[in-house]
Amino acid sequence: MSLKVENLTLTRGGRTILSDVNFSAPAGACLILRGENGSGKTTLLKTLAGLLPVEAGTFHAPDEEIAYSGHLDAIKAQLTVRENLRFWAGIYDASNMDAVANTLSLSDLMDRVAGTLSAGQRRRLGLARLFLTGAKIWLMDEPTTSLDGHTTKLVAALIADHCAQGGSAILSTHVDLDIPKAQTLDLTEFAPTADQPSADPFLAGDYT
Amino acid sequence: MSLWQYANPVKFMALSGRVLPTLTVLSACLLITGLIWGFFFTPDDYQQGSTVKIIFLHVPAAMMAINAWVMMLVASLIWLVRRHHVSALAAKAAAPIGITMTLIAIATGAIWGKPMWGTYWAWDPRLTAFMILLVFYFGYIALWSAIEDSDMAADLTSILCMVGSVFALMSRYAVNFWSQGLHQGASLSLDKEQHVHDAFFYPLMICIIAFILLFITLVLLRTRTEIRLRRASALVARGAK
Amino acid sequence: MIALLRRDIVLAFRSGGGFGLTLGFFLILVMFVPLGIGSDADILARIAPGILWIGAILSCLLSLERIFQIDYEDGALEALATSPIPLEGIAAAKAMSHWITTGLPLTLVAAPLGYLLSLPADLYGWLIASLLCGTPALSFIGTFGAALTVGIKRGGLLLSLLVLPLYIPTLIFGAQTVTRASVNLPATSALMILAAISLFSIVVMPFAAGLALRAALK
Repeated sequence: MSLKVENLTLTRGGRTILSDVNFSAPAGACLILRGENGSGKTTLLKTLAGLLPVEAGTFHAPDEEIAYSGHLDAIKAQLTVRENLRFWAGIYDASNMDAVANTLSLSDLMDRVAGTLSAGQRRRLGLARLFLTGAKIWLMDEPTTSLDGHTTKLVAALIADHCAQGGSAILSTHVDLDIPKAQTLDLTEFAPTADQPSADPFLAGDYT
Repeated sequence: MSLWQYANPVKFMALSGRVLPTLTVLSACLLITGLIWGFFFTPDDYQQGSTVKIIFLHVPAAMMAINAWVMMLVASLIWLVRRHHVSALAAKAAAPIGITMTLIAIATGAIWGKPMWGTYWAWDPRLTAFMILLVFYFGYIALWSAIEDSDMAADLTSILCMVGSVFALMSRYAVNFWSQGLHQGASLSLDKEQHVHDAFFYPLMICIIAFILLFITLVLLRTRTEIRLRRASALVARGAK
Repeated sequence: MIALLRRDIVLAFRSGGGFGLTLGFFLILVMFVPLGIGSDADILARIAPGILWIGAILSCLLSLERIFQIDYEDGALEALATSPIPLEGIAAAKAMSHWITTGLPLTLVAAPLGYLLSLPADLYGWLIASLLCGTPALSFIGTFGAALTVGIKRGGLLLSLLVLPLYIPTLIFGAQTVTRASVNLPATSALMILAAISLFSIVVMPFAAGLALRAALK
């Protein structure tokens, strides 16, 4: 199960953000996107998740093998951990809820209301959704923001485990994650050069 | 070569720049001719006296109030299907003109209504339908101004225009039903066009054509402004990068 | 979809879910009418159908913003958009749960509130039937409006401005059903048209809402 990106060009509000992105993520690969704010990490991940349209180029991956997790946890504070998990299990038609809760050591917290969880516990609950999707390719936008060192390590270990079992992950991050065999993809090399013609139809011509 | 080439901003600016002076002069001439003819060189109505002459403003404005919405609907559909930016901006440009036409129709109707029915406003089905059209315009314009991203605003307003058209039409017939229920109606009918006298017919036609040309002129003018605004913000964005 | 429906209903009943607010608002609104225009039973009875319908629409409006806004803010909407359920299905489930937590309870309390407004006894059937046939349209049209304004901060006022004009046919036929019955005119035709508007909204509005969501999530 691999993701292959060919000559992908992405625009935002008429402005080209990335041009001619090429990479592939075979099974087992973990790809870390690097680049400063505004370099297109989130745009690329959202596009691969199917949330944004593609301006030019292609990427190949079956929809059902892609799971996306954004900046936020998508957790309902009024529901218990079990109810949160059961909801997403229902959405993805997953039957491995208890196993997932075990893996993420949420089993003891099942009847706690999600609003009372600590930041690390919340993040684990958020990540549980990715396990429930059953998808092989994880797209993760800043999975470790606002986490302490211990939980960051835990998240990194989970991602490493997922890749070791034949899954793959593409993630953006500002901190160094301890994931063996992770490759880095610097998005600044795909930034459009100044002399490239703009995609914006309103910049063409010389009328005033 | 096809019509679609004018959906390109550059081509549109060039073409509209060429035809605008002619259109402006033409619509101004027709409007002046039609209104002077209508106001001063038509006989008074034997029942309504000279008040009937407001028809030369009222009827064209009312027609354009509806036609402007239809034009917005067509432009919205073109944007949704073919993604031509100029089309979306033309729809945006037409809305304030449409709302003005609606207001003119309601205001002239009120001025006409006072001597005829003894009231500026009555909940007649047609009057109510125009009031409803007015609130649909309000919503459309409000949605445009609430969304920052121009393409997203174009998408969402187009969808609103599409759905709104269905419900506006539904409301139009619902209002007929509702008014019967209150046993008002026929005596307040505004169906004057059917009985209009020949002496009124020609100046009225001129006024209608003048309003159509005026509408096209204003839409082109405002679309050009919108295109320039988009160009300016694109240039600013490029400069900031 | 069932999971989404069930979760939204549970959320509406949990603390801060807004379920009670809707009914409370409806009660206050109905209470304001005699306070505003006097307690004359004849006048109240005559305007009761219209007041109850307007009250139901305004109460329904209160909870529209929550339909997508909360899921949008905590990232759940993005996650749902990438899930196997199409956005149209999400919109339909949301509209359905909105009706179950808003339209249905409003219908149920309308009869006792009608009694407070001296609604004649033979009109209760028509009132409940009209609300039962009409409130689904309110929820499905409202869901579309909520989808249009999902990305807009503090879009509540705008949402009202967009949705209320779309409610005009529903209001007219809903109130007409009861009003016509009150003056012994045939009311079945109005009720049938009302039901048709609801069916139309149930079929078409999820698609329009899905289209709007797709554009708003870009």
